[in-house]
Amino acid sequence: MKRKDFLYLTGMGMGTLMLPNLSAFGNPIDPLQALDGVDVRLKKQLADVALNAAKSKGATYADVRIGRYLNQFVATREKRVQGVANTESYGIGVRVIANGCWGFAATNSMSTDAIAKAAEQAVAVAKANSKIQGEPVQLAPQKGFGEVSWKAPIEINTFEVPIKEKVDLLLKVNDVALQNGATYVNSVMFAVNEQKYFASTDGSYIDQDIHRIYPTFGVTKIDKASGKFQTRSSLSSPMGMGYEYLNASPEDKVQGVITRYKNRYDMLEDVKFAAQNATEKVTAKSVEPGKYDLVLDPSHLWLTIHESVGHPTELDRVLGYEANYAGTSFLTLDKWKSKKFKFGSDKVNIVADKTQKGSLGAVGYDDEGVKCGKWDIIKDGVLVNYQAIRDQAHIIGLDASQGCCYSQGWDDVQFQRMPNISLQPGKEKLSVDDMIKNVEKGIYIVGNGSFSIDQQRYNFQFGGQLFYEIKNGKIVGMLNDVAYQANTQEFWNSCTAVCDESDYRLGGSFNDGKGQPSQSSAVSHGSSTTRFNGVNVINTARKI
Amino acid sequence: MAILTKQQAQDILKKVLSYSKSDSCEISLRGSDGGNIRYARNAVSTAGQISTMSLAVSATYGKKTGSASINEFDDASLEKVVKRAEELAMLAPENPEFMPLLGPQEFPVSPTFNSKTAAITPDTRAEMVGQSLKVIKDGKLEGAGFLENSTSFNAIMNSKGLFAYNTDTDVSFSVTVRNQEGTGSGYVSQSFNNLDKMDTLALSKIAASKANGSAAAKAIEPGKYTVILEPLAASDIIENMFRGFDARSADEGRSFMSKKGGGTRLGEQLFSENVNIYSDPMNPDLPSATWNGDGQLLKKTKWVENGVVKNLAYSRYWADQKGVEPVPFGRSFVMEGGTQSLEELIKGTEKGILVTRFWYIRSVDPQTLLLTGLTRDGTFYIENGEIKFPVKNFRFNESPVIMLNNVEALGKPVRSGNVIIPPMKIRDFTFTSLSDAV
Repeated sequence: MKRKDFLYLTGMGMGTLMLPNLSAFGNPIDPLQALDGVDVRLKKQLADVALNAAKSKGATYADVRIGRYLNQFVATREKRVQGVANTESYGIGVRVIANGCWGFAATNSMSTDAIAKAAEQAVAVAKANSKIQGEPVQLAPQKGFGEVSWKAPIEINTFEVPIKEKVDLLLKVNDVALQNGATYVNSVMFAVNEQKYFASTDGSYIDQDIHRIYPTFGVTKIDKASGKFQTRSSLSSPMGMGYEYLNASPEDKVQGVITRYKNRYDMLEDVKFAAQNATEKVTAKSVEPGKYDLVLDPSHLWLTIHESVGHPTELDRVLGYEANYAGTSFLTLDKWKSKKFKFGSDKVNIVADKTQKGSLGAVGYDDEGVKCGKWDIIKDGVLVNYQAIRDQAHIIGLDASQGCCYSQGWDDVQFQRMPNISLQPGKEKLSVDDMIKNVEKGIYIVGNGSFSIDQQRYNFQFGGQLFYEIKNGKIVGMLNDVAYQANTQEFWNSCTAVCDESDYRLGGSFNDGKGQPSQSSAVSHGSSTTRFNGVNVINTARKI
Repeated sequence: MAILTKQQAQDILKKVLSYSKSDSCEISLRGSDGGNIRYARNAVSTAGQISTMSLAVSATYGKKTGSASINEFDDASLEKVVKRAEELAMLAPENPEFMPLLGPQEFPVSPTFNSKTAAITPDTRAEMVGQSLKVIKDGKLEGAGFLENSTSFNAIMNSKGLFAYNTDTDVSFSVTVRNQEGTGSGYVSQSFNNLDKMDTLALSKIAASKANGSAAAKAIEPGKYTVILEPLAASDIIENMFRGFDARSADEGRSFMSKKGGGTRLGEQLFSENVNIYSDPMNPDLPSATWNGDGQLLKKTKWVENGVVKNLAYSRYWADQKGVEPVPFGRSFVMEGGTQSLEELIKGTEKGILVTRFWYIRSVDPQTLLLTGLTRDGTFYIENGEIKFPVKNFRFNESPVIMLNNVEALGKPVRSGNVIIPPMKIRDFTFTSLSDAV
């Protein structure tokens, strides 16, 4: 859900959230509704109207995205439902190149006249801007695929599960939290369905159906005597899956000092542990600042990968297209060209992958009609590639785009967004227990917390959900007030061990912001538990 | 079609209301027309023109509410959206926090609309960006920026006779200018509802000057420093504190506004005596609508007076629970200051750091409101009242609550984004590490 829509929906009144266009309570599917999508023949006709109008006004290239975006949001706290929102957004965005310059226009009016007018506006915008344009846009060639389709391989469509079932689950989650000592608990279920149709003057007509789910909660424990409070968030991950994500079996659980989850999630179990953890955190020892060996669980490490590897290897940042907002990147082209820039230790192998099943970034084709794939970003610690789209491919000597183009909706222009970026598991057999056994002075961190990184991605600071002190190979207790600060290159070069593939899990960001106007995208990051030696840990406790 | 007049909006809302059969019904209608240019590497990268309009209905039986929205406006669609909301309401669980709708209210008109801003075309935008690009190219620098304008309207109506309408305009511009070597970077950002106030040429000159002035920065040790925060830097941090002025989370014990042993810090001296903060939707430099989505009147509200917390926001539900009057959350926050210019603040500083802006600010500890983030786009060392040299960027770990207890001086307030705030001189600001980022 776009942030502005969420604010709009929640701003109308206390607890009265908007519920557009979808059957919610009781009856799972309303036959009037959008679940079946718009007829693909109609979409092709409308797309051709736009493509023809753009060409007739002088566009040398045009693409059209007709999107129906469904979002569902169920929010509860303690014993009550705070709101249920279903949003639907339907419209068309037309992007053109005219006079060598990009132009874009969008409308929610789906008459052929309005669509033709939007195409004309896009051409007018391109022509106005061509007066101040430098070099003309250079698009990597892309063959047309004709009429094709792709559907996310989900088992249960979340939108077809009755709202009541979701409400019941969340209220039960809250009850378990309160039974186990939580003072407050919020739980939320997000679901997204992107039904998107792409057509271009290259001859592609691509129909895609994409699903995402994110069940999550936050538990708060307040110690009245001291006035202190502690929180613990869910260890779930947003996934490119249907409601089946919530059907966990024993093999989806990773046992240890705290239970973590693989491809499926047990929300009721996790919240029980969360309530207990929040209570433990109130009296946990405040960390002694200094150098520690860090053992980072995938539920934590995904965010460090996202911020310190994902973003700096975005080619638009490297080139300066994001300079005015998200920033640029320390991974400059000269470092890549040298073919020997040691981003990390030999243990560090990182891939980009738009095809990984169950991941947030998996699609058949990107939002400019490029078929998606997988490629190396960091190979044996060396920077070997970036993430590119069609108008950037030539800059790094590619003859085709890598398929990283995405837009959050029909009314936003598509641009380069991060594919799934994941650390590959270690090649040698290594369990988490064996990794911890060899650590003398360390901290085992589970779950993501506070995060901040500079605009070129050198200096970062991360918190977490749970911090366990490791002494002489053993976990000896819980710590508090922990954050680690490091330089990206030094940090990844301090990577000394990665657990094997049996520990590999996905984490991810449901709302990654970038661009102006800011757009949100969803992306997964996989890893196994990983060790980093001698990282600087600070103590974050203060008094006010 | 996207921008409706008050009469047109009222006509649609009345029609929608005439279809309603529920105990109570709220309808919200909004639309916007706007465009943008994004540029980077001294050329346009993306640009667009977007027009949208949508309507949302919220129907309630007892305390059961259902809602639906639509972006089609023929009679059949409007009737359908009401029916759908009512069907959902009948199936919904009771919401114990539901509050009865407000009746008719008088809302003063805030000067949020400007006809010149509303008349911006793709050519206007291209010309404004062209002026910025000229400064950058003439200076042999590299620029990336964003210009966006929008005209929008919002209207609400409910079955108790409440109606409110507002239309506003906005134009926003920001640019980052870097030197060719990538060793210096400068930034400016401004938003106005009046196009005449926006000077992309002058703003780009400031960013260009910062890009040149911040080149070849020296590393100095992190630690506690006296800092002078430009209004942008000050707003970056202080805005994070405003949302904490919420009575419910304070009463619940999970906010920096919570009192040890229970209750809130309302009435406590939480900041230095020279800290005064209020919100005022009628402020001519930062106008906003005089009503919120609940249909509550927004008026000038004091939040901090001489360092004492004067108000916390009470939702209608929470106010009812606590037996107090509701206090809607403010829009258009103003922090008062003094008369000194930024230059005068610098002149009166023996040793310190001048900060242009902060970046990537995140909460580290909600209990103390400890924040972390970094300086960006122009950080300078001050000695004996003069800027001596640019310094490398720092990471900070600091709480705005601690910061506003360490206020040495406040300058003349100006608009920065969506707040009006003075440049400020703060002692003992905590920088915890250095960053190589430019």
